[in-house]
Amino acid sequence: MKLLTCPVNGTRPLSEFIFGGEWRDAPDQNTCTDAQWAAYVHNRHGAPGDKKEWWYHSPSGTWFIAERNTLTDKVARTYLCGKQSVVQEESK
Amino acid sequence: MSMRMPKQTGEWVNRTKAIKFTFEGEEYSAFEGDTISSALWAAGQQVLGRSFKYHRPRGVLSFANHDVNVMLTDGQDTNMRGDVVEVQDGMQLQVVNTDGGVKKDRNSYIDSISPILPVGFYYKAFHTPRRLFPFWENIIRKAAGLGITNFNYPRILKRKRNDYCDVLVIGAGPSGLTAALVAAQAGLEVIVVDENRRAGGSLTYDRAGTEEARTQLEELLVKVANDGNISLRTGAYAAGYYADHLIPIVEAGGITKIRARSVIVASGAFEQPPVFRYNDLPGVMLGSAAQRMIYRYGVKPFNNGLVFTANDYGYRVALDLLDAGVKLVAVVDLRAEGKGAPLAAELAHRGVKIYAGYCVYEALATPKKFGVRGAVICSYDEKENVALTDNAITIECDGIAMCAGWAPAAALLYQAGTGMRYESAVQQFVPEKLPVGMFAAGKVNGIFDFEQRMFDGARAGADAIKYLGLEAPQVSVTQHSGVSPSHAYPVVPHPKGKNFVDFDEDIQVKDFVNAAQEGFDNIELMKRFTTVGMGPSQGKHSNMNAIRILARIRGLPVEKIGTTTSRPFFHPTPIGHLGGRGFHPHRFTALHGWHEDAGAVFVDVGAWTRAAYYSKPGLSKQDAVQEEAMAVRRNAGIIDSSSFGKIEVHGADAALFLERFFAGGFVSQQVGESRYALMIDDTGVLVDDGIASRLAPDLFYLSVGTSNAAAIYREMQRSQQQWQLDIALVNVTGAYGTINVAGPAAREIVSGLTSLDLSESAFPLGSIREAEVAGVPARVLRVGFVSEQTYEIHIPAASSQHVWNALLTAGKPHQLRPYGTEAQRLLRLEMGNHMPGVDTDGLTNPYEVGAEWAIKMDKPFFTGQRSLVIVAKRPLKKRLVAFMLGEGFKGEMPQECNLVIDSGEIGGRVTSISYSKSIGRVIGLAYVNPLKKSPGSEFQIRTDNGSLVSAVVTKTPFFKTQKGG
Repeated sequence: MKLLTCPVNGTRPLSEFIFGGEWRDAPDQNTCTDAQWAAYVHNRHGAPGDKKEWWYHSPSGTWFIAERNTLTDKVARTYLCGKQSVVQEESK
Repeated sequence: MSMRMPKQTGEWVNRTKAIKFTFEGEEYSAFEGDTISSALWAAGQQVLGRSFKYHRPRGVLSFANHDVNVMLTDGQDTNMRGDVVEVQDGMQLQVVNTDGGVKKDRNSYIDSISPILPVGFYYKAFHTPRRLFPFWENIIRKAAGLGITNFNYPRILKRKRNDYCDVLVIGAGPSGLTAALVAAQAGLEVIVVDENRRAGGSLTYDRAGTEEARTQLEELLVKVANDGNISLRTGAYAAGYYADHLIPIVEAGGITKIRARSVIVASGAFEQPPVFRYNDLPGVMLGSAAQRMIYRYGVKPFNNGLVFTANDYGYRVALDLLDAGVKLVAVVDLRAEGKGAPLAAELAHRGVKIYAGYCVYEALATPKKFGVRGAVICSYDEKENVALTDNAITIECDGIAMCAGWAPAAALLYQAGTGMRYESAVQQFVPEKLPVGMFAAGKVNGIFDFEQRMFDGARAGADAIKYLGLEAPQVSVTQHSGVSPSHAYPVVPHPKGKNFVDFDEDIQVKDFVNAAQEGFDNIELMKRFTTVGMGPSQGKHSNMNAIRILARIRGLPVEKIGTTTSRPFFHPTPIGHLGGRGFHPHRFTALHGWHEDAGAVFVDVGAWTRAAYYSKPGLSKQDAVQEEAMAVRRNAGIIDSSSFGKIEVHGADAALFLERFFAGGFVSQQVGESRYALMIDDTGVLVDDGIASRLAPDLFYLSVGTSNAAAIYREMQRSQQQWQLDIALVNVTGAYGTINVAGPAAREIVSGLTSLDLSESAFPLGSIREAEVAGVPARVLRVGFVSEQTYEIHIPAASSQHVWNALLTAGKPHQLRPYGTEAQRLLRLEMGNHMPGVDTDGLTNPYEVGAEWAIKMDKPFFTGQRSLVIVAKRPLKKRLVAFMLGEGFKGEMPQECNLVIDSGEIGGRVTSISYSKSIGRVIGLAYVNPLKKSPGSEFQIRTDNGSLVSAVVTKTPFFKTQKGG
C-alpha cells in the first residue's frame, strides 16, 4: 500500500486518506463568462503529469495539497492549502 | 527397488523418524522431512502425476515448487505440490487430473490423438453450429482444471500480520545471506525470507562433488544466527510487490505484510529445461532437481544416467551424480566447445564419455511411457539449429539430467517497475534501472560465479546502507565473463514433436510456430493463444524458452521480444490466506441493545446500524411497518435517530460560514430558530440537506442525514481551510443521542418530562430550545419531517437510555410505540418530503425538486451560486412531483426507478413509492415533464412486467394533521 505524508501528522498508509479531486484555481465568479465557469466546474484535463490534488487525512480531519505525478505516482510534496510558499521557502 | 541413498550430510530428512502414508491406495514409508515426491521416488515410484492436456505420465521436473504435473489431494487440499509438500504420517493421497488413477488413467488416449488437437483448436472448433456449444462446453469444462474442489472444506482462519524492517532480503542464498550480514553489521534491522524450508539456496544442493558448499553454508548460517539484527524466515515466500516497499510474505500459517525501508532481491534463478522430444518422461529432470534429490532427501535420481547439458553447470551436476553412485553413461553437450569446460577433464578422468557438439535428439520411453529406457543422441549444428541424425546413436539409460540455463526469478523486480535489459554475456534479462530503494544481487542480477555472488550480496547490502543514509564501504563486483551460464537457444527440433516447452500446459515447439502463423507473434498474444506460462507454475520453467523460440521465429534478438507482464501473486496462494475478517467499522447507537431486545431488524445506513422495523410474531414486514406508521398517525411513535450527523459551528463568523456553505440565509436567523439548509455543489447539483439551529449568536447546531454526514463534515472542513473564517467546527455526532417523538400525542408525552413550554406559540415548528428532559440537559427541536408534531430531543449519548425509558414510560398511556427507518421513510413520504440521494441523483438541480424557496441568490457568495445562475436561465427538463395511484389499485405494483411514460416518451422515473395504510392509497414521488407538475395532471408508469399504470399528481402533504388533533 502506498504511503502518503500528511503535513500535520506525518507519513501514514494510504488507507487513512481520502482523495479530494484535483486542486484548480477558480475563475472570479463575478466576472467570468458562463462558458468559463462551466469549463471550470466540468472539464478536467485527463493527460497524466504533475497535478495538484486535494487529499484528506481522515482520522485527523486534515485537508492538504499533494503535488503528485499521476503517471509515475510519485508525490513531490505535500502542504496545507495556502502554505505552498512556506514549503518552497523551507526546502531551499 | 529402493532409490534411498546412505545418509547425506546436511540432508533435510530425519532418518530416525519413519512415517507411513498411502498413494493411490498403496502404502509407502518415508522419513520425516521427505516431500511426497522424494518419498515416492525413494520407493521406486516414478509415475507421480499426469499432464494437464495430454495426460502423459510425469515424474520429477524441478523439485523447486514448479512440478505442477505432480499435484495431489488428501481429500481436503486439492492442489498439493508433490515436490515441496512434506509428507505427513497417515496421509492418504490421490493424484489429481486422472480418470482411474495415475497408472491407469483412462484419459491417456488423448496423447495419441494430440495431432488433431493443435493449440487453439477449441477456440475455433466449437463455434458452429451454435446449438452444439453447450454439449462441447460440458466436455471441455470437465477436461479443464485440476482436481475437484471439496465443498465441505473446513473454515480455517489464517492470521494477517504486519511487520517492519530497514532491509528486507528476498532469498537466503549466498548473496542474500551476505547482503543481510553486511546490512545488519551497520546496525540495520534485517528480515530475510526464503521460499524453501531451509536457508542456503544453491548451497544446499549444488556441490559439484565437493564439501566446499556445505561448509560455506554452515559458516554463513552461524554468522546469521549470531546476528541479533537478522530475522531469518524460511518457508516464507515474497508474493508480490506493492507501492512503497510493501511486500506480503506468505507462510503456511498466513500472510505477513512487511513494510521495508529498502528491499534487496536475491531471489536467484530458475533452471530452464532444454527442449527435445520426450523431455517430459518420468526420469528426465533438471540437473538441479537431481542435485536437490540427492543432497536434500538422500534419494538417487536414477541408476544409469545421462547428462544433457548446454552449459557448464551440467558438469557440476554430473560430478554430483557420480558421487551419488549413479553410473554416468554419457555427458552430452550441445556446445561444440563443451570439451573445454573446467570440469570436463575431471569427468573424463573418472571415465565419463563426453559428447560435445551433440544433442539428445529424443528420449526413448519404456512401455506406457512410464520411464526412460534410453536416449538417441546425434551431432548438432548449433549455428543452424539442426540435429544431424545421420550418425545418431542410441544409448541405454534410465534417466536424464538436463541443464540448459537459467531464468531470473525477477517477478518482484518487474512488479516494482524495474527496467530490465537482455545481457548477452549471461543470455539473461538483468536489472538495468531499479526503483529507488530496491537492489538486486546474485543470479537474478546476472552474477553467477560463487565468489562474485557473495561480493554482489555485500555490494547490495552496502547500497542499501547508503540509501538509508549511513556510511558503507565500497564493494566491487566483477561482471560475468567467459562462457554464458545459459544457452542462447537450447531447443532441438524434431519432426514428430512432443518436445515440450511448457510442462504445465503441454506446449510443444510446433505450437509456437502455429501461433505465429496465425498472427499471434507478439509475446503477450502468443502467451494467450498458446497458454504458455498460464499454468500453475506461471512460466517459471517455460517463459524464457518461449521468448527464445518466438525470437527465432521472428528473426529478432531476444531483447526485442521482451517479457510478459509479471503480476502479484508470484506463486498461487490459497484463498484462505487472502480471505479475512472485514475491518469495516459499524457504529451502534447507545440504544442498540434495547432495539435488539425489542426484536428490531437492523439495516446498515452508512457506517451506522439502525433499526429498520420491529418484528412482531404473526406480522409480515410489510404489516409491521404499516402498523408502526399508523401508530405515529393515530397516537405517537418514538424513533432512535442518534445516527444523525451533528455538527457544531462555533465562532464570530459562524453565520457567515453557513451562508457561504449552504444555499439559504443564516445571518438573519434568530437564536432559537431552526432553518432548512440546502447544500449545493460547485456544479449546481443538490447534494444534501439538513437543519441549522441557532443556539447563540456565535453557535449553530447542525443536524444532517445519517449516511452523508461524514462527507458533509469533510466538505465543511475543506471549505473552512480555503475561507479561513473565524470559526471552529466540532463533529458531535457520537456525543449526542437523538430521539424523536412524533404524532398527535407527542406533545403530551414530552410535556410531562420537561418544564419547557411546548405550546404552539411558545415553541413553534422550526425552532430549537435548550431545556432539561427527564432531568437531562437537552436540545429540543420542532421538526416536520415525518409529522408536524415531532419533538426531536438531543441529549448526551450516555443519557440516551435513561431518556428513552422515561419517554416510553410517559408514552405508555398514549400507546407510544417504537418505529424504525422503514416506517420513517413511509411517514416522510406521506408528508411529501423528498430525501436527497433517494429522490435525487448526482445530476439533480434544486429547481427540479422545487427547492427555490431554500436558495438565497442575493448573497455575495455561496458554493454552487455561480452554477445556479446558469442553471436557472435554462428551462426545466423534469420536475419532482407527488402522485397517487387510483383507489383500490390492484395491478402490478410500480417500483422505484420504473419509468414515467408521457405520450409514449420517457418523461422521468419513480423515485419513491409505497402503499400508505393511513391514506389508503399507493403514494409516491416521481420526476415528470415540468408541464405536468400541477395537481390533477395524469401520467403513466411502466411497471416491471411492461404494463402501464396511471398516476395522478397530488398536492402534499398527502397527510395533513389537523391542528391540535
